[in-house]
Amino acid sequence: MPDRTDDVRSTAPSNPIAGAARMFDYWAILYRRTWKGSVITSFVSPLLYVLAMGVLLGGFIQGDPSELEGATSYLDFVAPGLLAAQAMTIVFGEVTYPVMGMVKWHRTYFGMTATSLGIPDVIVAHLGFVLFRVALSCAVFVVVMAPFGVFASVGGALVAFLVQLLVGLAFATPVYALSAGLKNESPFALVYRLGLIPLFLFSGAFFPVANLDRWMEVLAKATPLWHGVDLTRMFTLGQVDWSMVAVHVAYLGGLALLGWFWAVRRLTKRMVS
Amino acid sequence: MSILTTSVGRSARSPLSPGDAAGLLLYRNFLAYRRAWYIFVSGFLEPVLYLFSIGVGVGQLVTGFEFNGETIPYADFVAPGMLAASAMNGTIMDATFNFFFKLKYNKLFDQMLATPLTTMDIARGELTWSLLRGGLYSAGFLVVMLAMGLVGSWWALLVVPAALLIGLAFGGVCMALTTFMRSWQDFEYITLATLPMFLFSATFFPVTAFPVVLRWVVELTPLYRGVVLCRELTTGALSWGSAVSVVYLVAMGLVGLLVVRRRLDKLLLT
Amino acid sequence: MADTDSMILAQGLRKSFGDFEAVKGIDVDVRRGEAFGFLGPNGAGKSSTMRMIAAVSPVSAGVLRILGLDPATDGPEIRARIGVCPQEDTLDTELTVRDNLYVYGRYFGLPRKEVRQRVDELLEFVQLTEKASAMVEDLSGGMKRRLTIARSLVNRPEVLLLDEPTTGLDPQARHVVWDRLFRLKQQGVTLVLTTHYMDEAEQLTDRLVVMDKGLIVAEGSPLSLIAEHSTREVAELRFGVAEIGNSHEAIAGKVADLAERVEVLPDRLLLYTADGEETIAQVHERGLEPVATLVRRSTLEDVFLRLTGRTLVD
Repeated sequence: MPDRTDDVRSTAPSNPIAGAARMFDYWAILYRRTWKGSVITSFVSPLLYVLAMGVLLGGFIQGDPSELEGATSYLDFVAPGLLAAQAMTIVFGEVTYPVMGMVKWHRTYFGMTATSLGIPDVIVAHLGFVLFRVALSCAVFVVVMAPFGVFASVGGALVAFLVQLLVGLAFATPVYALSAGLKNESPFALVYRLGLIPLFLFSGAFFPVANLDRWMEVLAKATPLWHGVDLTRMFTLGQVDWSMVAVHVAYLGGLALLGWFWAVRRLTKRMVS
Repeated sequence: MSILTTSVGRSARSPLSPGDAAGLLLYRNFLAYRRAWYIFVSGFLEPVLYLFSIGVGVGQLVTGFEFNGETIPYADFVAPGMLAASAMNGTIMDATFNFFFKLKYNKLFDQMLATPLTTMDIARGELTWSLLRGGLYSAGFLVVMLAMGLVGSWWALLVVPAALLIGLAFGGVCMALTTFMRSWQDFEYITLATLPMFLFSATFFPVTAFPVVLRWVVELTPLYRGVVLCRELTTGALSWGSAVSVVYLVAMGLVGLLVVRRRLDKLLLT
Repeated sequence: MADTDSMILAQGLRKSFGDFEAVKGIDVDVRRGEAFGFLGPNGAGKSSTMRMIAAVSPVSAGVLRILGLDPATDGPEIRARIGVCPQEDTLDTELTVRDNLYVYGRYFGLPRKEVRQRVDELLEFVQLTEKASAMVEDLSGGMKRRLTIARSLVNRPEVLLLDEPTTGLDPQARHVVWDRLFRLKQQGVTLVLTTHYMDEAEQLTDRLVVMDKGLIVAEGSPLSLIAEHSTREVAELRFGVAEIGNSHEAIAGKVADLAERVEVLPDRLLLYTADGEETIAQVHERGLEPVATLVRRSTLEDVFLRLTGRTLVD
């Protein structure tokens, strides 16, 4: 045994944030080791979509503000939609298979909670990492898109960026909760095919939901992604309806909160019983 | 215990024919998916959803879309592109993620090679499986196209075999590439290659939208060959170019298959 | 080859991976009905040898014949007639217990009806009949092992290769596996196994080779190896902490002439001798007072450690 110069004692964290902070190094090391595996999907894919849809396909679409929710070009219309969709996509990627890995395949969570850390601490740390990934990816998107004039103002761009953190959280907690309780990975295929992809395609990112059938439109407006897209689009276009902002924020915030309680419950049940 | 008392000196001496071997691998995959049939079935939805979203939803915004000098509804243009792209994406799922899992994680191929099966049997069987799957999806998609009135020629029936060719080409090459992968992180390269093809190979807009040099590049990509082949079939506008596409895709698939076999030999028989 | 009783014949067998030589020229002749063991620490070359015998790993140099056939040209034919139980279970996690056996049996080209019948018998044999419809994932380690063994028997192999068959199992599960393997041996199946458990080697094998760093360093029956490389008995002496001033090395010096060989360990001294009690009496006569003594028979473990050293191998 090497000589101990001082008597440092280990302690229990006082709250989940403090507990989560102790896992900073774990997540930092993990990301340093694996970031290369997400460069394309984080930074390149969304821009390719903007180029293909906004610029090239947009060349075949007339910039009629009455058809495009106030946007004067299809690029201006689709860019905020793709930004919110990107926040959602990153979240799905980080809280489906990776959560199962932590619980079932590598059982990392069990190692973490064998220390003085608790289950809420572990969830906060994981969600913190997810938000970091959302922030990084969306920041790059915003910075690259800015020179193309899709943002009406600098302030609008900044708020649109912050909105993505809310969108990210609103998807992260419920999907996390779902993953935390699954016994095997097969249902993830459905989460993507019946969840992510329909949301991506029909929540007003690519075309106004008003173009859908009446009942489909109602359905689309009930999805979290539509609230995220509409909120983002209002700020990028600089046409803000504050009452709608309140509705969107309340919806997304409420979803995040409900998801949080559900996540703690599901993970506790999974790991303790 | 008859199984044990007669064990010595008796053996299963019937080496499998290639057809038998492929059939067994198909049967194994069938059993594995029997429990997760919904994964199999839901794979069909993806291109249909894209067709409705981009083809119909965005299509309403597109005005005066011209192709080959004619004004045509945008959905007519997008549908065959989605069919070809889904043949690519569907096969790639099997040829990359699922193949990697069997190769590196559940050691399925190690297990198979302890029996009289050979690496060529494995390569052929796995590719046949992903082709069958792709074929079923494209047939379903064709039915959707018919129901939506997006088919303009009897030649359209041939898009199912055409989709199989696309599957063969991408399946072979992607399996070959998968044998070089070290970890899941390497799958980003697959996205890097397929996403641009999906978005830019005349799937959503004609190649005339590109500058001439880029246009040449796009026309050389395998997905572009598949997309134009499908579009020529559904619109009935066949040409010598269609034959070129066929030869291109077959050659790509066969080269891929040979590489897969050599790589499996190197990885599993060391 | 005319010698039909030679199941596995290796002469100057070598295996290299690039610059690294895992097997450096070994000679082995396994006879029909024999239980043959490869013993050795990690990295000795046992698994590489087993993979060559299983006809899934090309021979780098030397001669190898399995059932008189050359693995380089007759791979599928050889694999049709041997059973392989690999070190790590390679069960098909996407299938049930029964389907695992069934599908595997079909890979051998056996007719459906025949395979179904064998599957039932094998499930019975490894006591998994009740688990037939369970998914592999839900089995315990011991059950998975038994399933792997059952799977390796589905083609009624003439030779069964077992790579560390009981590593990682609890004592009960190990004994069940041993029991099944013993019954196979009684049926006349030729068993070839690798292990680093000495009790397993003593229990199961008629003849074994000890491998170290790619070479065979000893060969014989468990008893003959003990006789050749160790003494009949071992006397173990433990000294109290108070004796620490009197280091183990110093004590060893005082008793060196009492035993054929003395080994100094951090917590005890081992005296290799023909008569342990007699030796301990002599130790006491010299005024040494061990706090505890133990006399035991030499085991294969003593042979193994003597031949391959106590240094940790990874």
